[in-house]
Amino acid sequence: MLLNQFLILGALLFAVGVYGVLARRNGVMVLMSIELMLNAVNINLVVFGVQHGVVSGQVFALFVIAVAAAEVGVGLAIVLLLYRNRTSIDVEDFDLMRG
Amino acid sequence: MVAQNIFFGIIAAIVVVSALRMVTTRNIVHAALYLVAVLGGLGALYILLTAEFVATTQVLVYIGAVMVLFLFGIMLTKAPLGNAMEMTGAQWPIAVVVSVLLGGVTVCSLVAHFGSDRLVTDGPIFRTADVSDEVFSTYIIPFEAISVLLLAALIGAIVLARKD
Repeated sequence: MLLNQFLILGALLFAVGVYGVLARRNGVMVLMSIELMLNAVNINLVVFGVQHGVVSGQVFALFVIAVAAAEVGVGLAIVLLLYRNRTSIDVEDFDLMRG
Repeated sequence: MVAQNIFFGIIAAIVVVSALRMVTTRNIVHAALYLVAVLGGLGALYILLTAEFVATTQVLVYIGAVMVLFLFGIMLTKAPLGNAMEMTGAQWPIAVVVSVLLGGVTVCSLVAHFGSDRLVTDGPIFRTADVSDEVFSTYIIPFEAISVLLLAALIGAIVLARKD
């Protein structure tokens, strides 16, 4: 197996996640796309751990998974709060900072 | 070696197609289910890379916990189910350009730098015991920090989502 096939898969997933974050209007969908980007990074961590024969790659991947779990918890709480206050989770409705 | 390449091809195709459908589908519940396919496929790739503990954690934490959170989020916010163009904003052509450029530049630089490097397949295989040894020795302080982070995030989520 080539090293590059894993790295390119990670790069493609990251690009798809960026598209999701930029193009989607639903707040929950934006959070899901962020999860996609975090997973793309995890592939790189694990594959470089294998390539260099160290266990640190797997440990970092586990840390990223833990941080992603914390992130999605707080993120969904924020989306829920936005929905309660504005009865909308369309990210284009939140333009309070526009001059 | 050939079998591994075949399995990689199948899994990678499933993952990429599911990811593309996830960001383009019009139904948000379908998007959540496509995300399950992506996460499951990545778990299979971790098995292929002999990282079985990461694969188990991926299934338990992502497919188990995070997906339930997402489904709760979808239901609690009463997202419009199956509403066609509502899901993608008017700026989607710019988003396509940005992500194609980002992916293209990343892939080109990867090809230029790693070329046809082989993946080291005869290296050491790390069992779960090795992972836990590393976590509880070298990375004990980050581990404790991440425990506190999870606790803080949990309390923060409760405080944010409380009714009063």
